[in-house]
Amino acid sequence: MRRLLLFVPLGLFAALAWFLFKGLSLDPKELPSALIGKQVPAFRATMLDSQQPVDQSVFEGEPRLLNVWGTWCPTCVAEHPYLMRLAEQGVKIVGLNYKDNDDKALAWLVRLGDPYEVVLRDPGGMIGLDLGVYGAPETYVIDGKGVVRYRHVGEVNERTWNGGLGQAYRDLLP
Amino acid sequence: MRKLLLLCLALYSLTADAVIETYEFSTPELEARYQTLVQELRCPKCQNQNIADSNAPISEDLRRRLYQELEAGLSDDEIVAGMVLRYGEFVRYKPSRTGVTLLLWWAPWVLLLAGLLLWLGVVLRSRKARIGLGDKKDQIEKLLKDNT
Repeated sequence: MRRLLLFVPLGLFAALAWFLFKGLSLDPKELPSALIGKQVPAFRATMLDSQQPVDQSVFEGEPRLLNVWGTWCPTCVAEHPYLMRLAEQGVKIVGLNYKDNDDKALAWLVRLGDPYEVVLRDPGGMIGLDLGVYGAPETYVIDGKGVVRYRHVGEVNERTWNGGLGQAYRDLLP
Repeated sequence: MRKLLLLCLALYSLTADAVIETYEFSTPELEARYQTLVQELRCPKCQNQNIADSNAPISEDLRRRLYQELEAGLSDDEIVAGMVLRYGEFVRYKPSRTGVTLLLWWAPWVLLLAGLLLWLGVVLRSRKARIGLGDKKDQIEKLLKDNT
């Protein structure tokens, strides 16, 4: 018994070392989304091009991506070509033009191409706030019932699409 | 003396503890609640700052939302619950006392208690050992005395 007690410090050290080692590979900037498994929060918005009213029912039917972007966001420029490629492959993408200027956003879509099925306007950032967006770009995988399945913060590219983000989308396909 | 005072004054720095925008509240009570809540809510973008200290756009939005919700008559609990729904438990600098966050509240006390017990154990044992030694010392002395 006494002899076993001698191993207590070693056990404590091992536990501490394990936690610290785990900590090395954690990214504190990656927040867990509170919305996973929940319905997309209800919203009322207008479309960027036609100014028609639109609400959360745009997500009904098929799995879609919701991409939060803005012309002020450098990483959004970087991921745009990849979104174009995804759109060509038939992935349906809803855009959320987050805290942006309409004219600039429209000019951007003309210049770089438009991968979006529809783009929602969110100049005040209030839809983004309900989604828990804390920086653009963010991409959500939303199933045909409007339930959020995955959230990706940062650029969408070959690597992330082959990883968790794309996997979450492919899991939804029949 | 004057120079010393002047030097003190020059070296003294005032920290600004204010945010950029101000809101007009309908009652002072709402404003007081606003001030507490901006201290307790954490900025999701610039971590380790509350939304009062941070001037990130997202904090600005959160402050605006907070103002609107306060004016709309929501209770503190409802507002915080709404924020947690969007950003997760992360957003609270004062975690709730339920579920896994109970660990945060109780772990320090449990560890303190464990440390106290350990310390008590060590102290008692060493005292006992010393007393034991004391008895033996008497015995030895008695034996020595008897033998001479």
